[in-house]
Parts: sequence; structure tokens; C-alpha cells
Amino acid sequence: MKSMTVSEKSEAQKSTKDLALDFGRAWEYAPSPEATDHVKIEKRYELFIGGKWVAPKSGKYFPTVSPSTEETLAEVAEANAEDVDLAVRAARRAYDGVWSRMRPEERGKYIFRIARAIQEKARELAIVETLDGGKPIKESRDVDIPLAAAHFFYHAGWADKLDYAFHGRKARPLGVAGQVIPWNFPLLMAAWKLAPALACGNTVVLKPAETTPLSALFLARIIEECELPEGVVNIVTGAGATGAAVVDHPGIDKIAFTGSTAVGKRIQAALAGSHKRLTLELGGKAANIVFADAPIDQAIEGIVNGIYFNQGHVCCAGSRLLVEESVHDVVVRKLADRIKTLRLGDPLDKNTDIGAINSKMQLDKIRELVASGEKEGAQLYQSTCPIPQKGYFFPPTFFTGASQSSRIAREEIFGPVLTVMTFRTPDEAIEKANNTMYGLSAGIWTDKGAKIFHMATRLKAGVIWGNTFNKFDPTSPFGGYKESGFGREGGRQGLSAYVELDG
Amino acid sequence: MKTRTESHVDAADVAVPGPLAVTDPSGASAGLPRLRVTKAYKMYVGGAFVRSESGRYFRVASEEAQGDADPAGVNIPRGSRKDVRDAVVVAKAAYEKWEARTPFNRGQILYRLAEVVESRAKELEHSLVRAGQSRAEAAREVAATVDRAVFYAGFADKVSALVASHNPVSGPHFGFSVPEAMGIVAVIAPESPSLLGLASVVLPPITGGNSVIVVASEADPRTAIVFSECLATSDLPGGVINVLTGYGSEMGPIFAKHREISAIDAWTADEALRATLEREAASSVKRVKTHPSPNAEMWFDRRRGQGLGFIERHLETKSIWHPVGV
Repeated sequence: MKSMTVSEKSEAQKSTKDLALDFGRAWEYAPSPEATDHVKIEKRYELFIGGKWVAPKSGKYFPTVSPSTEETLAEVAEANAEDVDLAVRAARRAYDGVWSRMRPEERGKYIFRIARAIQEKARELAIVETLDGGKPIKESRDVDIPLAAAHFFYHAGWADKLDYAFHGRKARPLGVAGQVIPWNFPLLMAAWKLAPALACGNTVVLKPAETTPLSALFLARIIEECELPEGVVNIVTGAGATGAAVVDHPGIDKIAFTGSTAVGKRIQAALAGSHKRLTLELGGKAANIVFADAPIDQAIEGIVNGIYFNQGHVCCAGSRLLVEESVHDVVVRKLADRIKTLRLGDPLDKNTDIGAINSKMQLDKIRELVASGEKEGAQLYQSTCPIPQKGYFFPPTFFTGASQSSRIAREEIFGPVLTVMTFRTPDEAIEKANNTMYGLSAGIWTDKGAKIFHMATRLKAGVIWGNTFNKFDPTSPFGGYKESGFGREGGRQGLSAYVELDG
Repeated sequence: MKTRTESHVDAADVAVPGPLAVTDPSGASAGLPRLRVTKAYKMYVGGAFVRSESGRYFRVASEEAQGDADPAGVNIPRGSRKDVRDAVVVAKAAYEKWEARTPFNRGQILYRLAEVVESRAKELEHSLVRAGQSRAEAAREVAATVDRAVFYAGFADKVSALVASHNPVSGPHFGFSVPEAMGIVAVIAPESPSLLGLASVVLPPITGGNSVIVVASEADPRTAIVFSECLATSDLPGGVINVLTGYGSEMGPIFAKHREISAIDAWTADEALRATLEREAASSVKRVKTHPSPNAEMWFDRRRGQGLGFIERHLETKSIWHPVGV
């Protein structure tokens, strides 16, 4: 933060009408953009199949656009069913010929290599992630990329320790895994999928999201440099049709999908009777519960992190704020003040808090749901921060006075939009928190330890954050209850998704 | 009409079922045979024995000449959609309380069940014999069933130690993951062995804190009902295990469509039923596991017929984080 001059200070002190909002010039920041000149993005990317870059049989390419500038960054091959078939065949050859026969410790060493290479190229990957997906550079730099490296490093160590993981039951790999990942954490989701699959001895066909394919393609380069046997990892870019071709391919033994609950249900139905294994990591509508005895200022930071981190493009985002009635007004006032200080704009700027919405389509969806919130009578609070002329942006927003049955209280918005509701007793909080088809995550804010355990036991969600929110680690299993999906990613528990056990 | 002396079943071995007829003990009928009381076999739902709401039934034949209280064939309720829905209501309520009990307490109740099954061994054996087994086979199966209950009784308070974890996260947080029950698990029991198979698939989910709705073996549903009488007289709260009788192929898809059922574990499902279960389950993202019908002998195998995997399949993992600091 820039230090204030004496005159600025006295100027700030003079105006005491509304201290919370009068920051003088204290909040002005000089632009601090991350340099991008050393990052080379190709004009065109082919498919990565069998260790080679191959032109798509489809003959088609699609542009990938930077959501913060609306400029095309590159064009990317669109894989059709024929391309997916080639990728599955390459993966099968690699599985039968090399990967399943390799000594586990050697498999592990390849994965360690990938972890190290991601760390070496962390800066470049962070910039690509921010350019392609619109997330603030401080998040891609400090969260996405380090965690991606950590996931590979963590799982590399499991490769030769699987005999310890299942209490004497023998684990064997499943074969070829088809993995379809979303656009909100492109490289991190690739790491969550690839690392355990490879460590357990499977080979992979990975389909990145169509709006954010670049970091996965950079990862393909890394995999090439790490000299992984050809075909162990294959990357097929494309949109929904490409994903469907992966899901439907009869040569695949396991499907892992992260994305919306609607698509997850379609995949589960499509796989019926196919004998393919399936894990799903789907949507959420997490309750973030604030008790009157919580440290309110810390809770405000947790609420902000819970819903505005990554523009709210987080499946486990704390998108329903449940506030104990007696502190509702003070929480709302502080939150309204706080969101005005969030800096929205160029994602490459190191001071930016809120970057660009990932795509025009997603921006339209957010606008539509916010309009429904106003129409259904909830009160809107929105930051008045300036919105850049170019690019897809949406200011930090929250609603109060929404009914539990309103769309903004039930549907996953997947944007920087929070719905604030109240409760009077812990039981009511639990009842409201669990009153959803989702069950991915929840937050609890209170100074009473016993209350945290009481709540944590009763909340039907796969991840519970007590006095914190949106924390992730490769050692910590992540995944949902109910319609937020099944299976876990991370930790010993996450290995089950990629092995067959003998008992 | 057969009398006790004509039956090859020794009266001393048969605790409850009487012979088809004996001379009226009061002597009032002067030599006329006493009319025996036959049993109406009912499903076990919410701790009560109920007929199918649909009024439907199916016939199950019995081996003859067993000196049983029942005629050669009995009528078994054929469960319906409404029966499933009723069972879900009680199973949901029971699950919430059952899961809240301490694992030690759940273990003791499972052990109590083993005690009750042991004490009713003759009755269960008799039912298996009526379903066509030899006495030796029946005795072996009942003994294995008692042992299975003891196995899970001793497992209830150890599951967490085996599957929970402390997660050494990179940061100033304490993280741990604990197993938790999924909710209601719907089970299609193996056709055979009708008793050991049933116990082997309903006890592991409840060991982990779930409640169960099971469709018993179609071939021998009567033994499942006798087993339900063991459940009813153990300390197991009503609704924790609900035993329906009927056709798995009819009940399975009803399970799959019901949103309050969290998981399906199908041990009797052909390819068509498997596909139907998996497809219908998708609308509520249900966890579905269908098993290729195992050889009946598998259930007697202490390594393959029981184990942590049977429990773990119906557990969720909950990861909990808290900051560490002053």
C-alpha cells in the first residue's frame, strides 16, 4: 500500500461523516501488471495424442478468447469422435505396453518430474491461466499453480505405496481413464485428475474445458519434456461434443468428471449399464454460517473469500450466507462496505481482487440470475466499482431478504453473487444449510469450539471449513454428498477412484 | 395330517414351530387333532410387521414333511411402490438417530443381534430346510450368520480408526477427514444363500450408521422374515433395517427413482436391471453398485464375504478444516 502524505491524512480525518466509506486516496493503487512478454502462446494448438501433436481429423479449430480483453489468444484443435478414438487407442497401448508394467517407483518418479517442471514454469503457467481464464494473477500465482504442483508431488509418492493404502487389500489400476474438467481452475483440475490416475497406474485421455484449454496444453508440453512414455497422457480439446465422445467411448474403463450437476446427471445416465466406473464432482450451494459469537471482522473476510474468490466460479463457494439474526444488520453493513474496497479489473494486475467472468455465456447466466433475485423481491447490494469497457466483468454483489425458495437461494450462480439469509438457533441453521440438493461444502464461524463440532457433524457436506473458507490441499479429500457428486479427490481416500480392490 | 411321531424332525430340536397337528392337550376334543395356528408372513418395516399396502402376494413353496406349523406353501407379501415409500419415511427417521448413537453402542446392538440369532438358530435352520437345504447346510449357514453379526459388532467402533485421516495440509490449519453414513441404503439381497447373504449385505451399512431397506431373496423370502423376527427382538431400533419381500426387478427401479435413498447395493441384478438402476439413479446422483451374482460359497469365505470394503462402500468422507493460531 502506498503511504499517505500528511495532507492526505488530515484530509481523511476531516471527513468523518461516514468513516467506513471515506478512504480518501488511501485505496488508490498504481497499475502493477504482470509482464507477459516472456510467455509464448502459439497461434494454433493441435491435439496431444500418443506423445505427438497431431492435427484433428475433424479439421476444425476453435478460438480461445481472453475474457478480460475479448481478444483471441490462439486457436485450438477440436477433437471429434475419431480423434477421441485415436487418443483412447494410444492410451490403451500405453497402458498395456508400458505404464501398467512399469515398476511403481519409476511411475512415481515421472510424476515427481511433472511436479518439479510445473514449479519451474510456475510464472508462465500463472500468466497463461490468467490470460485464458480471467482469474486474478495473484490467485493463479499463489493458489492454482502451486497447488497443481503440490498435487503431482503428493500423488507421485503414492505410486509405490498403494499396498499400504487399503488395509491389506490389493489395488490394481482400472485401465484407461477419461477425464473431463471445468474452466474455473483449469490447470489445477487437470492436476487433480491426472495425478491420482497416473499414480495408481492408469493412462488418461483428458478433455479440458473449451474456454480454457491453454494451460492443459502447456501441461502437455511439460509432460513431453518430462519424457513420459507416449500415450500415457493424451489431451483432446473441444467442447461438449468432444466430452461426450470421451464419455461414450467403449474403450474407456473409468470416467471422472468435474462440472455442473446437470451435465453430471447426463453422464451418469449415459454410462448406465456400460460397466465403466464413474466419479463426479459437481455443483454446490454452500452455506456459510455466521454465529453472533463469531469474530465478525474475520468472518467478513471469510465471507468475501468464500464467495468472491475466483469471481465466485467455485463449486464449493460459500454462496448462501446464513447469519444469526442478532448480528445480521452489522454483518450486512460491514459486508456492504467491504465489497466496495474490492478491486475489480485487469486480471494481470497484481492488485486485482476480482478478475473477469470466464465467458460471455457465464456472464449472461449471472446477469439473468441476479435479475431474478431482484424480481423475486430481494434487496440488492452491489459494489459501484468501475467496470472495464472491454471484457466480461461483474461487480461483487449480494442480496438480503431473499426467501429460501427463491432461485438465488437455491441455484448455483457460479459468480460473485451472495445470498444472505438469517437464522435464530443452531438447529434452524442446520435445517436451512442442509435444505438443498447439493452437499459439497459449508462454513461455520463461531468462537465456540463445541459449537463448531456440533455443526460440523450435522452439516451434510463433504468439506467443512470452521472459521476459514476455500482452503484446499492435496492431502485433504475433497468431494460432495448428495447431488454434489460422489468420490473424493485428494488424500488416501481419493485413490479409491482409480483402483480396483480385491476385497 | 402328520403327527409329531411321523415327522423326522425331533420335537426337542424345534423350539418354536410345532408339528402340523397334535392331539388337543386339554383332551376336550377327545382324540380329535388340535387345529394348528399358521403364521401370516409379513414384511418388516419400521419395527412392525406389515402386509403389502398393495394387497399383492406371491406363493413360496415348501419342502414337505418337515413337521412345520405351516402348510406346504405360504403367501408372501409382494412389496409395491407405496411400501417402498413408507419404508423410506421410517428409514429416514431411524437413520438420523442410529447414526447419532456411539459406534460402541451400535456394536453392542449388533452383538445382541448375534445373541438372538444364535438363540433362534433352530427356527432359522428349519426355515432354510423348508426352502430346500439339508439340515447340515442349514446349520452351517445359520452359524456363519451369527459369526457375521459378531464380526460387524466388533467392527463398529474401529471403522473410523481405519478410514479417517489427519490431513497434514500445507498451512496453518488442522485438517482431518472422518467417515459418515450416507443415509438410506437400498439393497437387493443375494438370491442365495438367503439368510447369510441377507445378513452379509444389510449388516455392513448399518455398522457404518446407515439405515437399510432390503428386498429379500425371491426364492426364500420366508427365512428373511424369520430373520426379521430376530431383528425385532434384538435391541435394533425399528426402521434401521427394513425388510421388504417381492420382486427385486420391480422394487429396484423404485429404489433408484426415490430421491431420499442415497445408495443402492444390488446383489441380484441382471444386465437389464443393472442398466435400469444406473439410469434411474442418475436423476438424484445416487451411488449405485451392482455386483455380478457371486457364488453362494463366497459368502462363507471370511476374506471375501465380509470386510471393511462392505462398510466403506456406504460411507461418505467429510473433511474438516480449522485454523491453528492464537
